[in-house]
Amino acid sequence: MNALRKYLDKIKPNFEEGGKLHAFRSVFDGFETFLFVPNATSKSGVNVHDAIDSKRIMSFVVIALMPALLFGMYNVGYQNYAAAGKLAEATFWEIFGYGFLAVLPKIIVSYVVGLGIEFIVAQWKNEEIHEGYLVTGMIVPLIVPVGAPLWVIAVACAFAVIFAKEIFGGTGMNIFNVALITRAFLFFAYPTVMSGDACWVATESICGLGYDLPDGFTMATPLGEAAVGAACTSSVCDQVIGLIPGSIGETSVIAIAIGAVILLWSGVASWKTMFSVFVGGIVMGLVFNQFGPENNAVAMMPWYQHLVVGGFCFGAVFMATDPVTSARTECGKYVYGFLIGAMAIIIRVLNPGYPEGMMLAILLMNLFAPLIDYFVVQSNIDKRAKRAIKK
Amino acid sequence: MANVIKLRKGLDVNLKGKATKEKFQVACPGLYALVPDDFTGMKPKVLVKEGDRVKAGEALFVDKAHPSVKFVSPVSGTVSLVERGERRKVLSVQVQADSEQQYVDFGKRDVSTLSGEAVKEALLESGLFAFFKQRPYDILATPDVMPKAIFVSAFNSMPLAADFEYVLAGREADFQTGLNALARIAKTHLGVSAKQTAAALTAAKNVVVTIFDGPAPAGNVGVQINHVDPINKGEVVWTLGAEEVIFIGHLFNTGKVDLTRVVALAGSEVKKPAYCEMKVGQQLTTMLAGNLTAGKTLRIINGNVMTGVKTTQDGFLAAHATEVNVIPEGDDVHEMLGWIMPRFNQYSSSRSYFSWLCGKKEYTLDARIKGGERHMIMSNEYDRVFPMDIFPEQLVKAIITGDIDRMEALGIYEVAPEDFAICEFIDSSKLELQRIVREGLDMLRKEMA
Repeated sequence: MNALRKYLDKIKPNFEEGGKLHAFRSVFDGFETFLFVPNATSKSGVNVHDAIDSKRIMSFVVIALMPALLFGMYNVGYQNYAAAGKLAEATFWEIFGYGFLAVLPKIIVSYVVGLGIEFIVAQWKNEEIHEGYLVTGMIVPLIVPVGAPLWVIAVACAFAVIFAKEIFGGTGMNIFNVALITRAFLFFAYPTVMSGDACWVATESICGLGYDLPDGFTMATPLGEAAVGAACTSSVCDQVIGLIPGSIGETSVIAIAIGAVILLWSGVASWKTMFSVFVGGIVMGLVFNQFGPENNAVAMMPWYQHLVVGGFCFGAVFMATDPVTSARTECGKYVYGFLIGAMAIIIRVLNPGYPEGMMLAILLMNLFAPLIDYFVVQSNIDKRAKRAIKK
Repeated sequence: MANVIKLRKGLDVNLKGKATKEKFQVACPGLYALVPDDFTGMKPKVLVKEGDRVKAGEALFVDKAHPSVKFVSPVSGTVSLVERGERRKVLSVQVQADSEQQYVDFGKRDVSTLSGEAVKEALLESGLFAFFKQRPYDILATPDVMPKAIFVSAFNSMPLAADFEYVLAGREADFQTGLNALARIAKTHLGVSAKQTAAALTAAKNVVVTIFDGPAPAGNVGVQINHVDPINKGEVVWTLGAEEVIFIGHLFNTGKVDLTRVVALAGSEVKKPAYCEMKVGQQLTTMLAGNLTAGKTLRIINGNVMTGVKTTQDGFLAAHATEVNVIPEGDDVHEMLGWIMPRFNQYSSSRSYFSWLCGKKEYTLDARIKGGERHMIMSNEYDRVFPMDIFPEQLVKAIITGDIDRMEALGIYEVAPEDFAICEFIDSSKLELQRIVREGLDMLRKEMA
């Protein structure tokens, strides 16, 4: 540790103003603060500080994503082996290994592209590297289908980081959730690789693991099946465990629940937002069950099933709670969450073109979050103004 | 029975090195200095020259804008230096004290026979008016505007703060006289902690006593004003430190200005944290000598660890400081992989660390910021520890963007930088909130002038 510190101190002058590697200052700074807590001391204000910083917060979100990621890897393998009919012959490690090899390139592409842009922007603006992309870069591979090609993910990440984040001023200033913009960009720019029934199962063998599936192999997600009025091939129990086709990280309710516990326990995510998303989903699910058109299979899906299929849980736990793009006042969080849950179900039921509604619901509410906050803050302002007049 | 207000929001940080309730002696004669910057919002006009003889209570400088506000020497002696900085700004006026102290006699007076105006005149004359602050802006009070009320907080809830109940012991009569004097000027409110039991506080006469029960910053006078009688636009409120009430009482009871206060010397790097008697402006070496741990860089804080300013051993006790805290500077500490290590010896209000499991453990915190400055990421982080009916995050944003109308609408008139100290402590984005709020207040004041 001391040797590493000495080495860093030795090479540090190269990166400072006038050093020959000054163009990589932000990269050096990023790695240095990653390895060691910065030891700059306070110049004004409080003389002691809480140990919390944004690196710690972002790390905890990444940790909370791990169960969903690991399960997602297993499920990718599971779906391939199941489709080939060879499930009984495969060991756990073969299944997981296949999924690992299928998912890893997506994670690498997402991080390399996104962090690369972050490094460049940080250098250009002479700022420190913001940690926000650590989370975004992990979420992106989890919310795309396994069939999405790498170059498409690279394009989408670049688009989202530049146009949804950096032009607004970086992490903390963005209006929309960056990971969801990535997904929305993929969905609208490359609909063929992002939806339909062909993209949810990995169809090629990798490094000798897994099986090549026949061309044109399709497998629908539960929501895809419901949208076309077909009978559901998976039980609610499967949907909770997550051994169903779907975006990589979104299928298992159990894995996401472990992540939710980590987020809520550490206080990183707001329980108010998370809770009210589920309330909104349940209420709207019940409304459709009661009054919905009977020939619409999605409307007739029981309310509890609405919560476990598709990206509902993943969105509620990891994306609705993004503090930057959600409502920032405590009362506002209830309204914001409730409307996300309700909108997601409305889009699912009433939109014939696309079976899932969580992504669009959260993006829509990202747009309205400042309006919700406006009303909450305005009530405080009005109260103060009234108090002044009364006297 | 006094009104009890329970506060839920806030945070008590348990730091090592609390002052034990005993007094140690400090050598008195030496160098004293009055620092104009301690009195925020004032430009000084120096009245003395180097070599002049002054008595304790004689003015060293006055406020240029309000020459009736005098800043008096804490001791009798010879003016040794008028220290000036850039653009001839007065940094301090230093007095070498005599061994025999001579006081200006302002004459004993019975407060109950005086009008509010007469009390104010007496305070202006004796230089004690300089200790009043006013809200809005949290600056030195202006004598020509009468306040709607005067607020005194009898406790400081910040970590390592002096316990006023201990400071008060033996000075109860002066304290009550001081309160009587304030009550002649305007309606006076005294904020008392639920933990304080001294009759001089809970049963103080001629003032409205309100009891506050809650974590820091419940002892901040700004929090108390917000709950008792919030400030509206156009209103002026004066605030005064509880120790300074004793000065006022002493003036009317004896006719002398005695700026001696009981100061806590506390912090993890103090060998024997305890109390001592210091005069305002006394050089800190007198209290620190031989009482600090050797062998590492220390940060000596003139005032509280949350609100005070960094100084040196040669610094002078700040006008409003009720304690001097000493903590490690920490600039030689290299903690590895802080984003993931458990870091058991670090305190955090976040559960991503383990300090919430450690109960009553006392922490040794150093002056490191422990993170890089970021945009505001976590939502409503400040609200958890900001027990006022104000949206702190939105207010700070309004200040950063320089939106004066919005600052006003969101209640900037009611706050002082110190009210944001705990917010700044827990801020994961590491913004310098107290500096930002100070700039906002200055901006607004300039605009309104």
